[in-house]
Amino acid sequence: MSNNKKYWKNLAELDSANDNVFDKLQNKEFVEEIPVDEFLSNKDNLSNSSTTRRDFLKYIGFSTAAATLAACEGPVVKSIPYVVQPKEIIPGVANYYATTIGNGYDFANILIKNREGRPIKVEKNSMAPEEHAANARVHASILDLYDSARLAQPTKDNMPISWFGFEYETKAGLEEISKSNRDIVLLTQTFASPSIRKLIDDFKAKYKNVRHVVYDSISESKALDAYESKYGLRGLANYDFSKSKVIVSVGADFLGDWQGGGFDVSYAKGRIPNKGKMSRHIQFESNMTLSGANADMRIPLKYDEQKLVILEIYNSLFSKKIKIDSNLSISDKLRKAIDNTIEEIRLNKKGSVVISGIQDENYQNLILLINEKLSSNSFNPSKTILTRDGKDEDVLQLISDMNQGKVGALIMCGVNPAYTLSNSEEFIKSLKSLEMSICFSMKNDETAKHSKYVAASNHYLESWCDYELVSNEFSLAQPVIKTLFDTKQFQEILLVWNENKTTIHDYIKNYWNDNILGTDSWNKALHDGVFVKRRKNKILSKSKSNKNIFKLEDVNASNKFELNIYPKTGMGDGQHANNPWLQEFPDPLTRATWDNYLTISEYDAKEIGLYLEPSTFFNQSRNDANGGLNGKYAIVKLGDKELKVPALIQPGQARGTVGLAFGYGRSQGVKSEMMTGVNAYQLYKNFNSSQTVEISSTNEIHEFACIQLQNTLMGRGDIIKETSLEIFNTKDSSVWNSEAVVSLNHIETPVSSPDVDLWQEFDRSIGHHFNLSIDLNACTGCGACVIACHTENNVPVVGKSEIRKSRDMHWLRIDRYYSSEDSFYEDDMKKDNISGLSSSLTSFGELENPSENPQVAFQPIMCQHCNHAPCETVCPVAASSHGRQGQNHMAYNRCVGTRYCANNCPYKVRRFNWFLYNGNDEFDYHMNNDLGRMVINPDVTVRSRGVMEKCSMCIQSTQAVILKAKLEGRPVAEGEFNDKVACSAACTTGAIKFGDINEKDSEIYKLKNDDRAYHLLDAVGTKPNVVYQVKVRNTKSKV
Amino acid sequence: MDSKNNRRGFSVLKFNQLTFQKTTTYRSIFFALFLIFSLSIFAQDGDPVAGKALFNTNCASCHKLDRKMTGPALRYVEKRLADDEGLDREWLYKWIRNSSSLIKSGDAYAVKIYEEYNKAAMTAYPQLTNTDIDNILAYTAQDKVVPKPAAVVAAVNTGPSNGLGLTDEIILGVFTILFLLLSLGLVVVTKTLKNLAELKGVKIKEKKKGKPIWKAYLENQFLMLCTAILFLLVSAYGFYGWTMQVGVNQGYMPVQPIHYSHKIHSGDNKIDCNYCHSSAKVSKHSGIPSLNICMNCHKSIYEYNGETTEEYTKEFYDAEIQKLYKAVGWDDEAQEYTGVTYPVKWVRIHNLPDFAYFNHSQHVSVAGIECQTCHGPVEEMEIMYQHSPLTMGWCINCHRETNVKIKDNEYYDRIHAELSKKYGVEELTAAQMGGLECGKCHY
Repeated sequence: MSNNKKYWKNLAELDSANDNVFDKLQNKEFVEEIPVDEFLSNKDNLSNSSTTRRDFLKYIGFSTAAATLAACEGPVVKSIPYVVQPKEIIPGVANYYATTIGNGYDFANILIKNREGRPIKVEKNSMAPEEHAANARVHASILDLYDSARLAQPTKDNMPISWFGFEYETKAGLEEISKSNRDIVLLTQTFASPSIRKLIDDFKAKYKNVRHVVYDSISESKALDAYESKYGLRGLANYDFSKSKVIVSVGADFLGDWQGGGFDVSYAKGRIPNKGKMSRHIQFESNMTLSGANADMRIPLKYDEQKLVILEIYNSLFSKKIKIDSNLSISDKLRKAIDNTIEEIRLNKKGSVVISGIQDENYQNLILLINEKLSSNSFNPSKTILTRDGKDEDVLQLISDMNQGKVGALIMCGVNPAYTLSNSEEFIKSLKSLEMSICFSMKNDETAKHSKYVAASNHYLESWCDYELVSNEFSLAQPVIKTLFDTKQFQEILLVWNENKTTIHDYIKNYWNDNILGTDSWNKALHDGVFVKRRKNKILSKSKSNKNIFKLEDVNASNKFELNIYPKTGMGDGQHANNPWLQEFPDPLTRATWDNYLTISEYDAKEIGLYLEPSTFFNQSRNDANGGLNGKYAIVKLGDKELKVPALIQPGQARGTVGLAFGYGRSQGVKSEMMTGVNAYQLYKNFNSSQTVEISSTNEIHEFACIQLQNTLMGRGDIIKETSLEIFNTKDSSVWNSEAVVSLNHIETPVSSPDVDLWQEFDRSIGHHFNLSIDLNACTGCGACVIACHTENNVPVVGKSEIRKSRDMHWLRIDRYYSSEDSFYEDDMKKDNISGLSSSLTSFGELENPSENPQVAFQPIMCQHCNHAPCETVCPVAASSHGRQGQNHMAYNRCVGTRYCANNCPYKVRRFNWFLYNGNDEFDYHMNNDLGRMVINPDVTVRSRGVMEKCSMCIQSTQAVILKAKLEGRPVAEGEFNDKVACSAACTTGAIKFGDINEKDSEIYKLKNDDRAYHLLDAVGTKPNVVYQVKVRNTKSKV
Repeated sequence: MDSKNNRRGFSVLKFNQLTFQKTTTYRSIFFALFLIFSLSIFAQDGDPVAGKALFNTNCASCHKLDRKMTGPALRYVEKRLADDEGLDREWLYKWIRNSSSLIKSGDAYAVKIYEEYNKAAMTAYPQLTNTDIDNILAYTAQDKVVPKPAAVVAAVNTGPSNGLGLTDEIILGVFTILFLLLSLGLVVVTKTLKNLAELKGVKIKEKKKGKPIWKAYLENQFLMLCTAILFLLVSAYGFYGWTMQVGVNQGYMPVQPIHYSHKIHSGDNKIDCNYCHSSAKVSKHSGIPSLNICMNCHKSIYEYNGETTEEYTKEFYDAEIQKLYKAVGWDDEAQEYTGVTYPVKWVRIHNLPDFAYFNHSQHVSVAGIECQTCHGPVEEMEIMYQHSPLTMGWCINCHRETNVKIKDNEYYDRIHAELSKKYGVEELTAAQMGGLECGKCHY
């Protein structure tokens, strides 16, 4: 009996009578026939072909095998020696030349390491004054030389032109304009160069109506005005912070770029406890800065409140009080802080110093008066700083003159006003209408784009120049490489315009011989790079009466915020925007790379809806699954200008204020990868770094690339050990620097005891045994070591998206921690007091969040070179091994990339090459083009894909030092190792010290055995060769 | 002054003795020449043999007899001066002793010569006596000796220089023929014997045909298995050996753009390796010499006069020197640099991978190792090749076997004393010093 029941699977089948598509589908896979003919159309050919499928595979197999075998042949390497070898070059041996950088923002005396004629590294010039040592940007500036975006020749109307044509046309044009009554204006950076001053004077003498306007993109004009009106010389007062016991900074980030920077050297000297004494640092500020992070007491304040602090201090010192007209409401806490500060200044008198970053001539004048009244040891007005010279009024005047057509020719050098002026559109418009505009630039940047003539300029390493950075401290800059492109420096063209036939070298030499050197030798000065003239700078102090009324206002309305624009440690004023090292350089405080952002306090973020919850299932969350940090976009409105900026919550940001960094948002002359962030100069109205803006939130999310996502120590006080000066002075080191103990047969045994060690101790007392000491008191977190390490060790740049995946390659990082309570000590107490489940659930959660005004600590971390290294034991191929000299070796050619070592490393310092960064178009940074590769250090392997890498303690340098000693037949000298290892040599504050602990009278031996010395995570028993020095804070009371 | 003269006199004497002892033929030729010249007016006195020695020590770096170099060609110089300029020997005395004062005095011809040769003043030779100068002039006044046709030498050379070679072949041939005859004889004898046997009616037993040995072998499974295993092992060993030589370029002998013979320079002329590879003492690289180093000598050495073979003739070597001149931009006729250079693209022979650090100065200067230890008998290499395998095993082996050279090096004082005490040895090897650690070469 047949079953007639029909089961249908869907409605279509039921209706199949009407629908033949279903039938077709049932029988065939596709409704329509596959168009095989289209790709196998010529059937005759196909069937006639004698090549069968098997034959085809045979051919394929053979050719693959043949290609494989052929690939085993080594390539033919060509070597091309010099035709005539220069005497000073020995292939394989580095030459060093002293020179000076002066790009208008950074000024430093440096040494350039040259290999086979290629500059490859910036090093410290030990003959130069310490305060002119290189910072992170100067260390990275060497890469700008090999920038593929550089202009290769001069242009006219964006078309190439020859130098002859350029010189002829511009000279004729200038002569023409000189005859008319319109102005020729030189708009330049601060040169601080005696010879350029002379050249410009020559130029003024040759052409009529010449005006020289000096323009600092980040202005110190008000401080300069105050100094000038008081001492009759345009410059800035100098400070030696090592001589002060109390340092009061009101809004001055003097460990950053305040008044030219370089103060961290003297500051750090006073911060290392010496005979129980160290300086006390009180910081009033709105943004969280490096200075605030290092301060013993930090009070977050708004701009106007900072002014009040200065006035209060002034009034406490002078009998003639200033009347304060203020509607500010002062909290009890602030009142107490001000009173405390005044008390400490009073107690220390000469031993105290007050500085300020307030951009107001009156307040800057008050500061000078206060320090003079205190007769502060640190205050040194006669050693005038000359590295800032810009005058805001002149620049504003110039723009209005340009608008009115009074200017005939504008010659720009070292400036990029089309990017750095807040009213850049206006400037560009009038720039285009000028009869003649000449821009000296290394790149086709925003200003060059709109200039008629662009003179392709030299990099500073291709140029001659001289400087007077501080009055009577002269320095020279010499080219260390022939110009890479068809470029000329500004002075050469000035000489042409001046119809001066001498070369720039001769011009500077003659000027020096006539005016500076006296009987001293030019060659010696050139060799040293610096020349100090024994002559006192004469300044006249005029006491200035203050008739001004100081009016203070509370500007906080509902959605009005005070915006403080600041220069970021990595990017400065933005001229290095095309430098991948600096783009990837993590900001010391936020640890964010490749970005600028609106720093805002958590309170304000919550108020205006810029706050993202840590993690919720339903909303946009602060962190992605992989930890990547997110931030909401905010709209910042100033007048008719609007900027869309991602907000980043910054602990320590004063309520009612936000911060934004200069130097980002470049749009011309940089690679597209480097066009990061927003241009804060747009809001830098009237050169005032503090603006009142309106802020509103959006719902858009920005993805940050942060190196560090864990912001607090969670009460783990043994990672960064710290104590107060009082305890440090009064208690035994076992109290504030106790060694970890482990249980052995239920007896607490110190972890350094051999009884609790899994390993057999190896005798390292013979030969060299390298140790690195890091003083947490002297480290300001400036990051010079990070870039120096990058340069020395060919560390690749990986880009923003990789950083966001935590695939950063930095061999040396500077961890930054915030306290969750008011201080780290309270964190520790809180953690110790946790008991029971409920308490731990809540307390640990709370400990994750930084406090509103936290204590901050920096900790440089590199491979700890453990004597009992966990990484070495897990490597299946023994690629990681230990040397007798204490270094943990990494044989790249042996590594197979299992990454066990990185997993087993308690310090997380090993870095894995996920890609071939030096030959992959996805990573189009310096290592991906031949020009950028010129910076690579030939003594260090360029690592390939699939290989683990890490800090080697610069073994190439220690080996080189040893070899040098062997060649000269002598023992290694004291300090020789320290000066060759990249991080310790770059450290201006002396926080990082390197050396051989088997030399019993060396500095490192003392440091290793110092009471403050401790090992990171000593409880793990890894016995590292890196020691840290306990951080001592000069905090009052508590504990 | 006297002692100087004496010394020089001695050297001349010595040279005379040498020539006397060595070449009697020379002597006879010179004697004949001497006879000829003694007749001519210019050579009343002067010994051309002594003159040649003086010429070689004093003049040859700037003058040749038949060729313009830094200075003019000097054959028949005295005659030329007398004929063209009317200058006598006295003028030449003055010029040779102190040319610059002659130029300063405004002597017309002196100034002319000075201008013509790029204002390069000739070195003054105040120490040369009149006799010395006479001798030199006598040497320059000699006629050019046309080299005898090489045919004679060639004819001699084509003779059976190695007579044995030929007889060997003949003997071999004779033996072969003999052997063939013998085997033929054997076949004939067997055949005759067989026939004889047949005639006599003796029956030769037919051998029973067993299994052929190859078949038995094939059927024995055990033997087959053993063979298979053996075969696999051998081929695995072979493959391993093959892969081990991948990237090892021992014996690598590429053709270079200029045929530079280390044999001639280092072997025949005994030039110290460090003269050209000077950076080996101070740098990680031994350095390929720049061409200006070559020109230190090759400015005056424009032709090859050493031994030649059929493959490497004088013309061949001279052409190579011309290649150098082209590369460095040296106009040999005008004796000046043209400024047009063609840098030489040498093929690098010794290549270490990027991840291996090697420093020449450590080995050459500190350890005092001979270049030949790693580079082999360079002084015998007509064409340079890679002598050593340059593998890590090879490096390591040497580090294990070689003692550290601590003599006169204060660096080693402490570490050597302590370490040798620790290891209980007199002298430490490089390995004991830490020369086997990965990080010493790989970073």
